[in-house]
Amino acid sequence: MVSETSDPLFIAEGWMNNGRAVAIATVVETWGSSPRPAGSQLAIDEDGNFEGSVSGGCVEAEVITTAIDVIRSGEPTMLEFGVADEVAWRAGLSCGGRIRIYLERLG
Amino acid sequence: MRQAAIHLTDLADGRDRVILQNDAVAGELGAAIAQTFAAGRSRLVTANGREFFLNLHQPALRLVLVGAVHVSQTLAPMAAKLGYEVEIIDPRTGFATSARFPETEVIAEWPQDVLTNRPLDRYSALAALSHDPKIDDPALESALEAGCFYIGALGSRKTHEKRIERLRQKGIDDDRLRRVHAPIGLAIGAANPQEIAVAILAEVVQAFRVGSIAEEARN
Repeated sequence: MVSETSDPLFIAEGWMNNGRAVAIATVVETWGSSPRPAGSQLAIDEDGNFEGSVSGGCVEAEVITTAIDVIRSGEPTMLEFGVADEVAWRAGLSCGGRIRIYLERLG
Repeated sequence: MRQAAIHLTDLADGRDRVILQNDAVAGELGAAIAQTFAAGRSRLVTANGREFFLNLHQPALRLVLVGAVHVSQTLAPMAAKLGYEVEIIDPRTGFATSARFPETEVIAEWPQDVLTNRPLDRYSALAALSHDPKIDDPALESALEAGCFYIGALGSRKTHEKRIERLRQKGIDDDRLRRVHAPIGLAIGAANPQEIAVAILAEVVQAFRVGSIAEEARN
């Protein structure tokens, strides 16, 4: 549950109304212990500004970097992080969970 | 009427659409959509060999505080932080001032008038805190009628017994009256208005997460 002022989708809408290019990252699947449930969202703009969260801060940096590619290409993509994944381990998904994150450009 | 919606995305091609709770969707996907509304949680499903993400959006939760009292001064900003849309109703103009509640919508009118114009629903919670039956009782009646996911009333067991008797005489049956949480708040030994606010807010969250809406979803 989120209010309109803190919902990443409303923030993304505001950014788009200001002419910024925006991507949305959505947690679509989780296994084991993961900090944010499916449906959690992160809004990212072309400059790497972001609002919301898709993990406890573990994989956000990686998601933001990829989001900028998605904004440029317009092609949606799926990211997967898990304990066995070296990137996730480096990014610190130490909770032992695994998550899939869908990235798409808005508009 | 406020209702839930699902944002459906086909993960293979990125195509998406929005589905309201009463929209008819046929087949395997329709069944998955119905289950997602019932479960109250976003999820990934496979239907007709394709992967879909069903992102459930529920209306913002509303918390109505009846009584612009000391407890409300802590409860209102805390609930707002949690994302609740908070409003305070109290016809006593000496209590219901924006000076006492700088961050919250305060309505200096009778609850029965306000709640007629802005009806409660199942995504609403109501806490009756004024300690005055003339103010609290009509609000509780509205909340019971609307099926709010949480209804609480401040006061001792003795006060509550008298309240139940009054509401019973208004024709509200005991099954419904059992929905009123009283004494209000989780039993954390709250010793002052601020701690009572914490106890009430915890009880509201519990009611939403493991209470009526969540329970319906499990059944």
